[in-house]
Amino acid sequence: MRPLTEEETRVMFEKIAKYIGENLQLLVDRPDGTYCFRLHNDRVYYVSEKIMKLAANISGDKLVSLGTCFGKFTKTHKFRLHVTALDYLAPYAKVCGVVSSATGDEIKNE
Amino acid sequence: MEGQSVEELLAKAEQDEAEKLHRITVLKELELEFDLGNLLASDRNPPTGLRCAGPTPEAELRALARDNTQLLINQLWQLPTERVEEAIVARLPEPTTRLPREKPLPRPRPLTRWQQFARLKGIRSKKKTNLVWDEVSGQWRRRWGYQRARDDTKEWLIEVPGNADPLEDQFAKRIQAKKERVAKNELNRLRNLARAHKMQLPSAAGLHPTGHQSKEELGRAMQVAKVSTASVGRFQERLPKEKAPRGSGKKRKFQSLFGDFAAEKKNQLELLRIMNSKKPQLDVTRATNKQMREEDQEEAAKRRKQGPGGKRKGGPPSQGGKRKGGLGGKMNTRPPGFGGKRKGGQRPGGKRRK
Repeated sequence: MRPLTEEETRVMFEKIAKYIGENLQLLVDRPDGTYCFRLHNDRVYYVSEKIMKLAANISGDKLVSLGTCFGKFTKTHKFRLHVTALDYLAPYAKVCGVVSSATGDEIKNE
Repeated sequence: MEGQSVEELLAKAEQDEAEKLHRITVLKELELEFDLGNLLASDRNPPTGLRCAGPTPEAELRALARDNTQLLINQLWQLPTERVEEAIVARLPEPTTRLPREKPLPRPRPLTRWQQFARLKGIRSKKKTNLVWDEVSGQWRRRWGYQRARDDTKEWLIEVPGNADPLEDQFAKRIQAKKERVAKNELNRLRNLARAHKMQLPSAAGLHPTGHQSKEELGRAMQVAKVSTASVGRFQERLPKEKAPRGSGKKRKFQSLFGDFAAEKKNQLELLRIMNSKKPQLDVTRATNKQMREEDQEEAAKRRKQGPGGKRKGGPPSQGGKRKGGLGGKMNTRPPGFGGKRKGGQRPGGKRRK
């Protein structure tokens, strides 16, 4: 488990921003607690600081998951968003429903 | 009519001559002092013309400069000339003005180990002659260096000493001993140099074979040996079943798990702000790389144009000065790795090709 590097954060934010835009900073900076993104086995988990401190006590190979999985980084370092992130992205979504980025841009520009 | 025009022409010619002379000859109260070796002319005349010029003395200054330069050029034309490859060249005399130091005074170097020892013991070096009479060759030979008087590696007959192995090669033994002495001398020289520049030598502390080394130590020694070639280990062959070493690259460093949460948040918000600003951010690395590539291309084009013309002039100028002896003839006092310490970031901003 480790925090994300600059590059990885940038790639991930670019992907998520396609769905929720500027509301992303509400995910980063929450009023009700410190949440952070952590990488474990190429998967990005959105987890509160309390739970992360508990998870740090589990050895890496025995740790399966922590918090919510937002997505994973592929072998060529692209970020793929998973459906488990929906609960967090839905309240900030710009449009109802989740569409591909191309269709989303079309709808935004209309 | 014709007469008038001829007179006019003559008058005009005379006028032109006078003007030319007027331009060339300059009247000054005090003669200028010339240092032609440095192309220097010192004018000691009081600058009365400049003082009454007013707020903008440009015209007067320019006239003064022109006059003084004219006098300097007149002096240059009086020098002896010679011809160098289709160009007439004046031979300048030696410069008379003493210029100040370009670089600061050299620092006193720390004493070498031998010098410290000699100072302690009060040993003073005796003056020795350069040449020694060599009986064997019947001529005067150097005391040390190329074709020295008593070179024990060059003997044609060596008696096997009583206690030595009869099958040992005495000639090879002497050559080996000389190589070891040379290597030891070189090591001491580099150590003295490193001490003078307060730098560290790469040490072979744990890498000598002792007979009881662990597997890891042997592996480390083997890796170091592999990289200690002129091509830094690039063309070293591996044994038939040897595998490539794992993890010999640089280890990546990540942020700590519990780092400063506030700092992390701040960085992420900053990143978001940049992303949302919708302005194309100047990527300094890419910009500098592009600039450097353009400059390289320009230089290459220029060199290609000059290349076929410049090659006709001949090779680089030959090295003058005598060379004394083979050993210790190196004149530079800086260790070989010194130049490499200057980092490649001499251009402002940005790193060179990640």
